[in-house]
Parts: sequence; structure tokens; C-alpha cells
Amino acid sequence: MSGPTGDTGHPGKGWSRRKVLERGALAGLMGGMLAAGSALAQKVADKIGGPTAPDPRSHSLEGAFQEHYQRMSPAEVKEAIGRIQREAKRRYGVDLNVETTPPQENVVFGYALNISKCKGVRKCVEACVKENNTSRDSQIQFIRVLEMDSGGLNLHQANQYYDAEEVPRQGKFYLPMQCMQCDNPPCVKACPVEATWAEPDGMVVVDYEWCIGCRYCMAACPYWARRFNWMDPTLPTEEITTDTHYLGNRPRRRGVVEKCTFCIQRTRKGRLPACLEACPTGARIFGNLLDPDSDIRYVLENKTVFRLKEDLGTQPKFWYFTD
Amino acid sequence: MVIAFFVDGIRYGLKGNSLFWIWILGLTTVALLGVNSYMGQLENGLIVTGMSDQVSWGIYISNFTYLVGVAAAAVMLVIPAYVFSRDDIQHVVLIGEGVAVAAVTMAMLFVIADLGQPIRMWHMLPVIGRFNLPQSLLAWDVLVLSGYLFLNITIPMYMLYQRYQGKEPDWRIYFPGVMLSIFWAISIHTVTAFLFSSNIARPFWHTAVLGPRFLASAFCSGPALIILALQILERLTLLKVRQSIYDSLAVITTTALQITLFLIGVEFFTEFYASTEHTLSAQFLFFGLGGNNTLVPWIWTSIGLNTIAVVILTLHPLRRQRKLLNIALPMLIVGVWIDKGMGLIIPGFIPTTMGEVFQYEPTATEIQVSLGITAVGLLIFTLAAKIGIAIEMGVVNSAGREQGLTHR
Repeated sequence: MSGPTGDTGHPGKGWSRRKVLERGALAGLMGGMLAAGSALAQKVADKIGGPTAPDPRSHSLEGAFQEHYQRMSPAEVKEAIGRIQREAKRRYGVDLNVETTPPQENVVFGYALNISKCKGVRKCVEACVKENNTSRDSQIQFIRVLEMDSGGLNLHQANQYYDAEEVPRQGKFYLPMQCMQCDNPPCVKACPVEATWAEPDGMVVVDYEWCIGCRYCMAACPYWARRFNWMDPTLPTEEITTDTHYLGNRPRRRGVVEKCTFCIQRTRKGRLPACLEACPTGARIFGNLLDPDSDIRYVLENKTVFRLKEDLGTQPKFWYFTD
Repeated sequence: MVIAFFVDGIRYGLKGNSLFWIWILGLTTVALLGVNSYMGQLENGLIVTGMSDQVSWGIYISNFTYLVGVAAAAVMLVIPAYVFSRDDIQHVVLIGEGVAVAAVTMAMLFVIADLGQPIRMWHMLPVIGRFNLPQSLLAWDVLVLSGYLFLNITIPMYMLYQRYQGKEPDWRIYFPGVMLSIFWAISIHTVTAFLFSSNIARPFWHTAVLGPRFLASAFCSGPALIILALQILERLTLLKVRQSIYDSLAVITTTALQITLFLIGVEFFTEFYASTEHTLSAQFLFFGLGGNNTLVPWIWTSIGLNTIAVVILTLHPLRRQRKLLNIALPMLIVGVWIDKGMGLIIPGFIPTTMGEVFQYEPTATEIQVSLGITAVGLLIFTLAAKIGIAIEMGVVNSAGREQGLTHR
């Protein structure tokens, strides 16, 4: 950062030993830079001329300039689905059915869970992983069952890592948690690019092709409901659920956030969520909150229900109750 | 003329003795190593970092937060120079703006390094992208940081261009910009504080004092860095810095550090007087929680450094000794970096919103990428300061070009 040499009267001028040292250091640094540069060039070259064999990686550039889901024309949606299907074929060798079933009129979904019945066997977790094609290697699970100490509702004393073979244990109760599909979702507010939003029927969904992976929604969620694909998702071909929804269980790619959607691919077609069907104790109740004759309305009107962290004003559509 | 201005500037920027080139090549090497590590991250995903679904932000966002503060602190030169018409400080305001440009660039690079899908950054562009305004504080932050970068490039550029032509800058042109940049500087750090304090999910961040705390810690660590930079530049370039500038900046640093420590004390009292479940994050930070003590030595180091620094700075006879000042400043720079970097971000995630206590430690990749971004920032500052000072001092000018003196 010195001025031009020669006219500043720099004291170092003419001190040959120091000059030699400086030149030596300079040469060394240049060598280091060359080494770093060539390592880099090698990496770039590998990337460009990379392997042509089936590529398990999820970060293809195809569709990099795809439009936001809510702004796509029907033709563009069709194109996007084509890309998703080709990628599923390439990565997993499966023929994927990707639907875009819209919300039904006068339907808002709600969920209720009977904690007197839940025994913590985690069948819901298993069913969810399979139904929603969540990555196996990175062990993404949308449902977490907390083993709680009886006599309180202190999440900080909960254990998520209990052994499901030994349940139910004395002095414990079980509290499954998943996305509460809040009516006032802090995650949706947080997203800088509107990649996540609440659908008219109540589900909070993610456009996996629009998410930039900043994870601000994960910081904003009070229920730890969101998961990030830290690595390329892995799925065993024979276990893939091929009936999928664009905003739901279709295979995702690395670097994006995903979450529970109340099984949008099932519930929009009148089926029940996979976690509910898998529950051996019948602890789970699901239905249309706007239908006065639904099971969920019966629970809300006839049982003592509560919601988690209600004081935060998030208005969850997931209730807990006891017998 | 404009082209000549840039050509002359860049030409001057690329001239220097061996020491200069050792510095530039050294920084370039570190930057390239950072790029190399980042390529690995692109190749394998963010799995190569220490982050997890539990602790979903780490050292990248920590450094981002710290650097936004450093960038905002340039205003501590701009305000005295233009609001209180301090001619001596007007002389070095350029250096503050250079620090701001380097710091904002680094802050943005840290956010980009943290993205899972950096290729989709265009989603934040107007028209073709979708910006979640006015709801998302992160969208606001991108907006205000870009604006601040723009202001801190264009204003000095105009001043230097006038100087290059041997003209006086027209205050009717630069003064509105300077005023705007003052409010803008406050806004970038307030918005960055809101980014955290707006989270109802994270009690550790959800406190109104976070904004004031951010500004106070920015206005001590930023001017501290500027004092150190000025001393180095004074030695290596033609820049002359009057003692009065050091005195003013040192007083600003001192006051801001005192306020910072007071605010930390306020937080400490509120957290621990009546411990609730919301105290667990602070418990983790200061004393460890559930066997996880990762940040305990760090935060007490930070408090120790800041305490020693505040004693040296507060006592006039000590602060006025350049040697002691130069000991205190690096102490508080490191102290604040710990306190509002990892010391602020990580406890927000521990325990998680589900009550889980999880580990986070940055990996070699994260550290190399961080060092690389730091090197890029230093490169930007070095070149900006070198060229800026030369033009400001009249060494590089259009007259010199006409007379063929640029190659002297």
C-alpha cells in the first residue's frame, strides 16, 4: 500500500537482504496461489467433464429459471412436472405421477391428537417417511414424538430419542409434534421470496423450486416443523411413493426446505393422512373444520382441547386432547 | 474523462512495492482457498458445515451480523464530518466509506455462502423475482444493504471524480446523499436486529433491547477498526491523520462500548433474576446447559476482553497513550465479534423450539470460507483506500495525465 517506489524515500530501499527476503516471500506466495488455483481449476474441470454414468445428484441445472408455482401458466406447470418426472426417472428409475389437485371449496383441514391414547410407538413417523418420500440417509422426519414426564408439559424435559420398543414407559406420556399448519404462520412471514404460503384449505406449503435455502423460516417456526435438505436426498427405489402432489410428497432436491403438508396429495382427494391411517391406537382425528358433522368438529366441541404455545398467536390448526 | 478516471485509478491501484504485492497475493491466496472450500460446499451441499435442522444458522450468519455493524459504523465519521462540520474528519471520511463498502460486501457474501440454492438468488430481483415485502425482515435486509452499498460507492465516487478533475465537489449534489446515508446506516443495523428480534419462536432474540444493543456494539467495534486502519494507512500512504481525529473516534468507541456493556448487563439481569424457560438459552451461553458448554469459554473471553478494554478506554490517561489504545481496540473488536456473532446466533437455537440441546461447531469448510470472504473484504478495502487516498491527495489527477506524469 506504499506510494510508488522511487520517490517516497522508503527506508527499505537498497537494503538488499530485506529485498531478497521480500522477493522470496513473494515467490512463495505466488507458488501457493498457483497451487490453490490449479486445485480449483481441477475441480471446475471435473465438474464440466464429469461422469456420464447415472447421476444420483439432485442439483441439475435443468429448470433453473423456472417461474414461481403460483405464477406459472398451465403449460409451464406441465413442463415443470415433465422435468420432475425425468429427474425421478434418472435418479431413482421410477415413473412418477405428479398431480396439482387444487383445494376444494369450503374445506379447511384441522387435526386433533388424543394424548391419552398415544403410546409412542412411532408408527406415524414410519408411515410419514414412506408416504412423503423424505430422505433416508439424512433421516428427515416431519413427525417427532416427544416422551414427556407426567405431571407437566415442559418441552425442555422431553426426550425425542426414546426406544420405541419399550413404550409405554411408567411416568411418561407421549406428545407427537408436526407442522401445526398455523393460521398465522410466522414461517410464511419470514420467507424473503414468498416460496412458502398457506393454501386456502389451510396447508402451509413450499415451492421446492423457488426456495433459496436461506432457512429463515426454520428460525421463525416455534414448533420445529421444518426440515432442510443438507445433502442430496436418498430414497430406495422400491420404497418410493409414486402418487405425488407438486406441493407435497414429490421427491425434493438438496438445498431446500420441506415440511408436513397434512398429506396434501391424499387429503385433497378425500383420503386421510398417512400418519392417521398408521396409528394403531386411534389417537389421531382429521377432518374439515368447516363441516359441522366432521369428527374434528366433534372433538373440538366435546373435548377439552389445547394447542401448543398458543400464547404466541400462531393459531395452530393442530389440537391436543385427552379422554 | 470518466474512463480516464477509472483507468488511472486502477493503474495506480496495481502499482506497489514488494510489501504491497506480498499483501495482495497473500490475501488472494486465502481468498482462493476459500473459493476452493466453497466449491466443495456446492458439490456436497451444506452437509459439510456444522449446521443442522436443530442449529440451522452458524458462523456464516454470525459473521454477517457482525459485519453489518462494522458497515453501519462508517456513519460515525460521516456524522461529525458533515453534521458538525469537522473539517479534519471530512478529510478521512473516505476511509470510513471504504470500510463500509468492504464490510457490506463481506456481509452479503456471508449470506450467499449460507444459501442452499445460491443459483436462485435471482428470485430476489425485482419484477422477475418475488420479494416478500413488507413482511419478511430478510427481504428488508437485502433491500437496505444493497441501497447502503450503492450509496457508499456512488457518493465517494462522485467526490473523487471531482477531485480527480481538480474541481470542488458541489455540496448540493453530495449533501442530500450524505444525509440519506446517515439514516440508511442506522437502518441497516436496526433491520438486521429486527431480523432476529422479530422471531417469537426464539425468546433469546425476542427482546426490544437487541436493536439498541446492535447499534451500540457496532459503534464501538466499527470506529475501533477505523482507528487501526487509519494508523496503518498513515504509515504506508501519503494520508495524514490529525490527532484530533483519533481522539474523537476513541471517545466515540469508549462511549459506545460503555453502553454496550450496560445493555449486556441489562439483558443478564432480566434473564437471570427470575429464571423462566426462556432463560435456558442464556443459561447455555453463559454457564452451559445439559452438558453442552461450547460457548461458555468464548462468552467469558468476550466479557473479559471487553471489560479490560472499557477500563483502558474510560480512563483518559490510559486511553491517550497510543500503545494502550492499540491494545484495547483489538480486544474489543474480538470481544464484540464473539458477543454478537456466535454468542448471539447460536443460543437462539439452543435449546431448540422443541427443547432439545444440540451441538454446533463450525467445520473446516466454514472456517476456510469465512477466512476467504475476510480476505476478499481486505482486498477491496486495500485497493479502495490506496486509490482513494491517491486521488484525494492529488497524486492521481487528470492534469497529471495530460502532463504525462501518471507514471512517475
